Amino acid sequence: MRTLYLTLKYTAILLWSAFVIFPFLWALTTSFKTANGVTGGATWIPWVQYEPSIVGWQSLFGGAGGINVMQPFANSLIVTLTASAISITLGTLAAYALSRFSFKFLWMRNSDITFFFISQRIMPPIVLAIPFFLMLRTLGLLDSLPGLILVYVALLMPIAVWVMVDFFNGIPRGLDEMAWMDGCDPVTTFRRVILPNAVPGLVVAGMFCLIFGWNDFFFAFTLTFTQTQLLPVAIVSLNSSVTPWWALSAAALVSIAPLVVLAFVVERFLSKGGLAGAVR
Amino acid sequence: MLTITDLSLTEAKVPHLSGLTASFQPGTLTTILGRTGAGKTSLMRAIAGLLIPDSGRIALAGSDWTRLPPWKRPVAMVTQQFINYPHLNVRDNVAFPLVRAGVAKPEAAAKADAALTRVGLSSMMDRRPSELSGGQQQRVAIARALVKKAPVLLLDEPFVNLDYKLREAFREDLVELLATETGTTVLYASTEPREALQMGDQIILMAEGRIVQSGQPRTVFAAPASLTAAQVINDPPINPIPFRQTSVADFGALGQHPFRLPPGAYTLGLRAADIHPGGPHQAEVTLTEVTGSETITHLRLSGQHLVMQEKSVVPRTPGDRLGVSLDLGAGLVFGADGARKEI
Repeated sequence: MRTLYLTLKYTAILLWSAFVIFPFLWALTTSFKTANGVTGGATWIPWVQYEPSIVGWQSLFGGAGGINVMQPFANSLIVTLTASAISITLGTLAAYALSRFSFKFLWMRNSDITFFFISQRIMPPIVLAIPFFLMLRTLGLLDSLPGLILVYVALLMPIAVWVMVDFFNGIPRGLDEMAWMDGCDPVTTFRRVILPNAVPGLVVAGMFCLIFGWNDFFFAFTLTFTQTQLLPVAIVSLNSSVTPWWALSAAALVSIAPLVVLAFVVERFLSKGGLAGAVR
Repeated sequence: MLTITDLSLTEAKVPHLSGLTASFQPGTLTTILGRTGAGKTSLMRAIAGLLIPDSGRIALAGSDWTRLPPWKRPVAMVTQQFINYPHLNVRDNVAFPLVRAGVAKPEAAAKADAALTRVGLSSMMDRRPSELSGGQQQRVAIARALVKKAPVLLLDEPFVNLDYKLREAFREDLVELLATETGTTVLYASTEPREALQMGDQIILMAEGRIVQSGQPRTVFAAPASLTAAQVINDPPINPIPFRQTSVADFGALGQHPFRLPPGAYTLGLRAADIHPGGPHQAEVTLTEVTGSETITHLRLSGQHLVMQEKSVVPRTPGDRLGVSLDLGAGLVFGADGARKEI
């Protein structure tokens, strides 16, 4: 019975792993193919089944038939990192306030205000696109990095607030009070006591912000023209009358590389039980 | 001297403290005794600055603390929960208030080491609080409170979450530790009368947000000013037995006693130790609690619920019939207003 269970378990794991890894593997092999390699049926083994080529990769760096993705890559990096940093900073402060102090505005209380933040994400992006477009045009920030950063902050901060309110609610208030009695004013309490204990929450919120920001195509597409291109838009622009699958695959791999690195870096921060020993 | 004057505090429209006035001398340990919800924690939190009173005044050596934020009050507090900083090791936890007060890190670490040695944690200084047992975590919290050398030390049922044996050991340790803390005003909140009688130089009895009596523990125990005070300070609880005074005190089916009192309705407060097994009154056992060396038996007698305390372990089961005698003359008499009457 146990053998059957183990067999089923590992079979399921293997199948799922194959399902997850297959697209990456497919993109990787395709990125080293040419038109002949792509149209010649499913091939996997270089030099045996197809002749590998770096044309796809070259086309990402100004090679024939491609574009230079370095600038869009840098733009994406600047916009995502800056917007995420601002969102996390403001969102964390807002979340701490919502978690620890009681607010009242008309009929709204803390939970209503928290929902108001997250409700920004409930609306379909198209609803926000036109107001954002008009707003950026009025501000003269269309097709610019600051304009995109501003929009992304508006989109990412609700995520940060939502994650961090929940996390701060899990940190006992007794910890704040003990810090006060140990001579910390509220700002020092936040900085020296609460924030160091909120690292797992910050990592999760940061991950969400970076992933959402990095992968966004819709706003990057609707709010830019030619001056400021982000990576997802640049990848799509590779498409022409003949789809260059090799270049698209290489570009796709370039676009996911930062997130893969990020996942490995932050994995160790996502330890459970970070607050063990705070209050018993 | 720490003084509180006419202190009142309401939370969510519920009065927690009502017109409290008391003073606490430096170098003394005052036990604040009361049942859960009596207002002990609210009083401690008000003194610590964690709750703002509606009215009244809190002052230390004449300086007004009433509106002072907690981080500006020289107060140390240990609560029921073992609160420690999870991101710091044990040494840094204890050194934390010193570092915040501007003490140089090496000096703060040395003082923390000394404080941890005093509470028996010298071998655990580099561990995280989560790696310690509950008792050890509470020792860290106590060490952090002591290291500050604050003039006011608030201990809010600090051992309530520890097991019985550990609680006994801690209590003795704490008394020893506090003996060296000269000049510190210590307030110790407790729900346990025995603890309060053992520990304090002074005792304050609280019920429903009010101070019902204060004084030296043994004096208060011997002569509670009211039925409420008698109920707070007696464990097992005192038995309130109503009677009517005519020429004698008439307890109905429980008999009569020759008290000399003006005619009227009274309540006799009879301690559990003043009810004895073997006697004319047939009672039914409803519950038995054996606490180590003594037996607490809950009885039903003539429609009245009574508690009897015996200094021995006696096996009894609910439903048993038991003859008991009541030493009515040893009881305390309270008038219709609840105040104790001399007999």
